[in-house]
Amino acid sequence: MQHFFDFLKTSVKSWFRGNAYYWIWMCFLGILITSGAVAYWEQLTKGLIVTNMRDQVSWGFYIGQFTFLVGVAAAAVMLVIPAYIYNWKPIKEVVLLGEMLAISAIVMCFLFVTVDIGRPDRVLHLLPFVGSPNFPYSLLAWDVLVLNLYFVLNVVIVVYLLYCAYRGKHYNKKILAPLVLASIPAALAIHTVTAFLYNGVSARPFWNASILAPRFIASAFCSGPAVLLILFQVLRKTNKLKIQDAALTKVAELMAYTMFLNLFLLGAEVFKEFYSNTEHLIHTKVLFSSLFAKTGVHYFMWPAIVADFVAFLIFLVPKTRNNLAMMNIGCLLIFFGVYTEKGMGLVIPGFTPDTLGEIYLYAPSLAEYRISSGVFSVGFLVFTLLVKTAIPLLNQPGTEAEH
Amino acid sequence: MKEKTVVGDNISRREFLEKSALVAASLCIPTFVGCTKEEAEALLQKHFLELTPTQVEQVLRRMEKENLKKFAKSVKVGTEPAMDKVLFGYGLDISRCIGCRRCVHACVKENNQSRDPEIHWIRVLEFNKEHGIDLPEADPYYCSPNSIHDENSKRVSPHQLTELTAKQKAILEKPESQYPLYHVNSDEDKAEKSACKVPREDHFYIPISCQQCENPPCVKVCPVKATWKEPDGIVVIDYNWCIGCRYCMAACPYGARHFNWAEPKIQAEDINQDMHYLGNRPRPRGVVEKCTFCIQRTRKGRYPACVEVCPVGARKFGNLIDPNSEISYIIKNKRVFILKNELKTRPKFFYFYGL
Repeated sequence: MQHFFDFLKTSVKSWFRGNAYYWIWMCFLGILITSGAVAYWEQLTKGLIVTNMRDQVSWGFYIGQFTFLVGVAAAAVMLVIPAYIYNWKPIKEVVLLGEMLAISAIVMCFLFVTVDIGRPDRVLHLLPFVGSPNFPYSLLAWDVLVLNLYFVLNVVIVVYLLYCAYRGKHYNKKILAPLVLASIPAALAIHTVTAFLYNGVSARPFWNASILAPRFIASAFCSGPAVLLILFQVLRKTNKLKIQDAALTKVAELMAYTMFLNLFLLGAEVFKEFYSNTEHLIHTKVLFSSLFAKTGVHYFMWPAIVADFVAFLIFLVPKTRNNLAMMNIGCLLIFFGVYTEKGMGLVIPGFTPDTLGEIYLYAPSLAEYRISSGVFSVGFLVFTLLVKTAIPLLNQPGTEAEH
Repeated sequence: MKEKTVVGDNISRREFLEKSALVAASLCIPTFVGCTKEEAEALLQKHFLELTPTQVEQVLRRMEKENLKKFAKSVKVGTEPAMDKVLFGYGLDISRCIGCRRCVHACVKENNQSRDPEIHWIRVLEFNKEHGIDLPEADPYYCSPNSIHDENSKRVSPHQLTELTAKQKAILEKPESQYPLYHVNSDEDKAEKSACKVPREDHFYIPISCQQCENPPCVKVCPVKATWKEPDGIVVIDYNWCIGCRYCMAACPYGARHFNWAEPKIQAEDINQDMHYLGNRPRPRGVVEKCTFCIQRTRKGRYPACVEVCPVGARKFGNLIDPNSEISYIIKNKRVFILKNELKTRPKFFYFYGL
């Protein structure tokens, strides 16, 4: 126990040591968090009226970000699978970074749900024993359960790995392997349950399509690794992590296949809507039509599809895939594409028009932008602090993986 | 290592517990500081269905006290239970409704809905006779500045989208920070005096409120069981348990659920003092509310306010179990239809053609 407190102390101390860039980054995050907190205080005192959500479009920017981030959280751990399959040398680092990204993403998910609900003071009603979670009927109750499980699982793995590194001991494979393996189905679960949360709503034809969950998984397999590929490169430049180019391009190749699947599923959905041309087509039209000027979803949706397609080509052709600069461009394109498609591109057309046919043109308010950037900053802060704790420990001699 | 640090281990564990208790307490303090005793009690209140009879009494007295303080008016909050062998059903005669919106305003008054921002449990849709019941073509804002037929309106009909005028496009492009909730003429006098006379030629009207489904999707999705179906078929909400996640609003196919986006405002003189815990008591900010068939009236054998006010007798109400009730007669003898039949929500709200 004493050792563990020392470990925590050392970790906290390491947060206060850093170069100028580190402090500029922290100040930047601090400013955004403060701005978000001030806006959230206004929302707490005045109510959600400070957002542009209304009865017609009752979920907006917050829930869009939540949905996207569940994908990031899930996909970060999915990377553990190829790491095992291809038997990478730096498996510990890959697992660790993936899980740390997952922790940060889940923290953001929790915060986005908290800022979205009207009565955060009653959030305990969601918990078993204290509250009354609606099992097994409500998908939202399930989502709370699986997100918490996944969060705890990741925290345990990360803390265990870091603590072992701190003690200069090698981690026990018998403890770690089952935990890491358990996190893979858990990652699949959080994404499937979140997809079902939309999928099961018969009142909203735009979401009520069985293709939704597979599309969620396919797009998450693109966006999560895209974030990690860039992070790996940053970290191996600034630190002594040994991640080979071959490992990166292997992931990139995998992303080409999943992006193909993602585009194929999107195409299947678009074909069905336009060819059958029923009343439900209107929602898909909202997504693509320039006539809905105010929602602005289409401004991003067309470029998002182009970005997805270009990224697919970049990752498909070995020549461009093996070029690090091209690969990074591909990652950014995928990030933008999936962010649009799985965020606002999913939530807003579902509500436009509403169930009685009314069109309410939603665009986020300034308060929504400020609170959301505050939440993102908290997530980045968590990730920064985790990496800050991990780097010196991983760079210690004698703690490298034994493979 | 374990044996050596047994003592130290214990101390640090105690320290740890003390520290965590301190942190937990300090987290709770801001929640309770500035809280009155009533507010603290409200925060710790259990789910309505789990309260003991004595606790229910305490809660009701607390609410009456709160309302007395807020409106300087004594109110009565009741919890009349469902009557035996009663299943409420509603009938609405499409051929009689003239779209006057008197039901909307009577409902607001009876059920203590927020006047600012406006919340309406009933939405009257205007349809073009040529198109029939075509929801995307309907105008909920007829005879108001937000009507899709008004050329200055920010509302558009999906069918208009391909033929927006340059002016409409310009209006849509204009940034606007605050959208109205439901802007129909809330002032009855103004509505009477406006040039717009209902029923408008070539149009017909369908008022839509909660359909009190036998198979309610909103109840299914609620993550905290804050909404449920009562034995007499009324779908109710415990406003003191709802967390305001709005999943029910996404799930409701009839747009029947409304959220308190801001602190609801009602003038003291407008308060209806006869209240029900699950019905028309004033709602707090940040929770969802809906039509309850005027639970505070109907459980005492009275008609809902909208039925009483309707000038053309288009609204019917009664017990579906009683074969001799008016609603049973209508279902048996008239041409009846329900909204969104294909979703199998099984509404207890029946539209019919009486003429």
